[in-house]
Amino acid sequence: MKLTLGYIHIRDVQFGPATEIKGGVLYVNAQELIEKIKEDERIAGVKVELARPGERVRILPVKDVIEPRVKVEGPGGVFPGMVAKVETVGSGRTHVLKRAAVVTCGKIVGFQEGIIDMSGPGAEYTPFSQTYNVVLVIDPVKGLPQHEHEAAVRMAGLKAAAFLGEAGREVEPDEVKEYECPPLPQALARYPDLPKVVYVYMLQSQGLLHDTWVYGVDAKKILPTLISPTEVMDGAIVSGNCVSACDKNTTYHHQNNPVIEDLYERHGKDLNFIGVVITNENVTLVDKERSSNYTARLVEFLGADGAIITEEGFGNPDTDLIMNCVKISRKGIKTVLITDEYAGRDGASQSLADAAPEADAVVTAGNANETITLPPMEKVIGYPETADVMAGGFAGSLQADGSITVEIQAITGSTNELGFSRLSARQY
Amino acid sequence: MEKKKVRIVHYLNQFFGQIGGEEKADVPPMAKEGAVGPGLALQQALGQEGEVVATVICGDTYFAEHLEEAKAEVVRLIAQYDPDVVVAGPAFNAGRYGTACGAVAQGVWETLKKPVVSGMYPENPGVELYGRYAYIIKTGNSAGAMRQAVGPMAQLAVKLGRGEAVGSPEEEGYIPRGIRKNVFCSERGSKRAVDMLVRKLRGEPFTTEYPMPVFDRVPPNPAVKDLARAKIALVTSGGIVPKGNPDKIESSSASKFGKYDIAGLADLTGETHQTAHGGYDPVYANEDPDRVLPVDVMRELEKEGVIGELHRFYYATVGNGTSVANARRYAQAIAAELKQDGVQAVILTST
Repeated sequence: MKLTLGYIHIRDVQFGPATEIKGGVLYVNAQELIEKIKEDERIAGVKVELARPGERVRILPVKDVIEPRVKVEGPGGVFPGMVAKVETVGSGRTHVLKRAAVVTCGKIVGFQEGIIDMSGPGAEYTPFSQTYNVVLVIDPVKGLPQHEHEAAVRMAGLKAAAFLGEAGREVEPDEVKEYECPPLPQALARYPDLPKVVYVYMLQSQGLLHDTWVYGVDAKKILPTLISPTEVMDGAIVSGNCVSACDKNTTYHHQNNPVIEDLYERHGKDLNFIGVVITNENVTLVDKERSSNYTARLVEFLGADGAIITEEGFGNPDTDLIMNCVKISRKGIKTVLITDEYAGRDGASQSLADAAPEADAVVTAGNANETITLPPMEKVIGYPETADVMAGGFAGSLQADGSITVEIQAITGSTNELGFSRLSARQY
Repeated sequence: MEKKKVRIVHYLNQFFGQIGGEEKADVPPMAKEGAVGPGLALQQALGQEGEVVATVICGDTYFAEHLEEAKAEVVRLIAQYDPDVVVAGPAFNAGRYGTACGAVAQGVWETLKKPVVSGMYPENPGVELYGRYAYIIKTGNSAGAMRQAVGPMAQLAVKLGRGEAVGSPEEEGYIPRGIRKNVFCSERGSKRAVDMLVRKLRGEPFTTEYPMPVFDRVPPNPAVKDLARAKIALVTSGGIVPKGNPDKIESSSASKFGKYDIAGLADLTGETHQTAHGGYDPVYANEDPDRVLPVDVMRELEKEGVIGELHRFYYATVGNGTSVANARRYAQAIAAELKQDGVQAVILTST
């Protein structure tokens, strides 16, 4: 299985009479996009806004961020099982509108969405201050239940990304990369002297509104299983999450999983990257036991010497992280974990809800409870009043002058546990 | 521009304060102008950056036997000299002295809001008891290590006295205080993880970014003997609050808990109650809050005589991203009230 990713470098986004890419500028016909989204009867209204790096613009409440991509050769289409038919992806050629993003915005639960600042101190904490964002502010029809509302906004974001991605179909990419995932016996034979590494990819599946979708299947209903890293790169996993913004994996994070990229980077040099195991984070103990047993067995079955385990979310999933770590480590397989911390606003509390001596190699993406004051912006896209009730916000978060004091928990992607960003925490 | 000289008050025990040995350990607190004993070495290390303006001395036995009084008096004496920063010790591995230095640090920090630097051997009980109130430079276990201790203590005192940023424990030489602070690294987390795994696989040394804590284990109490006579309370971290969330309990990182009257209430409904919790799907809890806080079932049990009575107040907070230290504090306050109200057992519900 070989996937070619063609990166088209986007340098600006503008409204225009046609949706197209010219000279690195993504032009968006807003009317066409609105019509596409309003095909869904659950959506009463949608506004399309643009936000560029460096602008004095704040977006909230943010639900998901999606990278526009288009399948140009090979089987399947983008977001299989969601937008495209449920064909196996991960081979052929896909074009990527690099540095462009669709951002979906709207009040779904109110406290389970996030903030993106395009400039100022908050911009350092979110990768999406660096992307050219096409923001969809979506309002549902009256009385739409929250679960339906989430599904409608999720689908709108994916459809918009697929729609914009089409603009890159005929464009010559600025940069081309190839990723290969051979059958296991070949993968093992190719680098017999290098340690074999598996990536254990934990997907948020705590329940309705805390969901991740794999080829259109709700991850809470899967047994842990194998997936090719190129399938992940090709949009097989998408976010359906309404949960603290800092450490949920947006669809963009899944499409650009940095652990997969960095394992490929060292593949054939320092290690042999042989596969990805996806598992879930269900809430009942029996599910946790079953999934962690199954995950450990799969990692052992692949013959791994080492594994990187990434968490999504915090609190309850900390127990899944530790179970996976302990069970895999006890099979003699060396583990490294990526998590984030909830050490209190003063940083003095225990950071995780669970712990084990086997977890002796941990990368942290920072303390989500640390507070930050986001200065007022010239323009706010969305609904600023949600700052007070957002996870990480508190009564009085939103000041009269438009500034917001919140925990960085409220900033989309600030403590991402795939290790997407550079934030960490240290002991002082 | 020349920087201001940092004003330092130094705390010592009777021995280092040159009053006398064990036979003088019961002397009460006193103050002396300028530097004394180890203070001279401290002054030398400070050079032109700072000045030991006074030394406060107290006997170790006196301090141990009159902890609160001694602490208050030492703090009062220190305050007279209006220091920018206080240095206590170093106490090396002397347990009583280390504990006194720690208590002084607590008093100075809480009362005067001034930073404190001390020096101790890591196993000194003062480290565990009071480590969070001072920056404690790691020292050897006896006074033979004085020379190595004073330099880093002086350097850190100058930084703190000027309100400059303090570096990491490794950079400054202090014992980690367990405070987590965010920093931006030069590499993203995924690359750091792959690097760490490669080192671990090769058997090379690596440093975890989060050393795992050892957790408290709470043994459960024995079962209630006579349920039919027991007063039972409901306490939840599931965020069930009266409709409108009157106390504005936060959806995550709750800064408080609420106490709510349910006298005469047989059933919670979507009209009367809701969840404030931001960590789970609220739809079903909002539809029927009894699903998280089972008032309806408790009333039935009350009627059937299975339990004596349901306590008229329930307590609620949001256990979503709420720090362990805060959770412990709420629990202590709630438990004290429940005990006072004669509650024999509690049903804790989480989500």
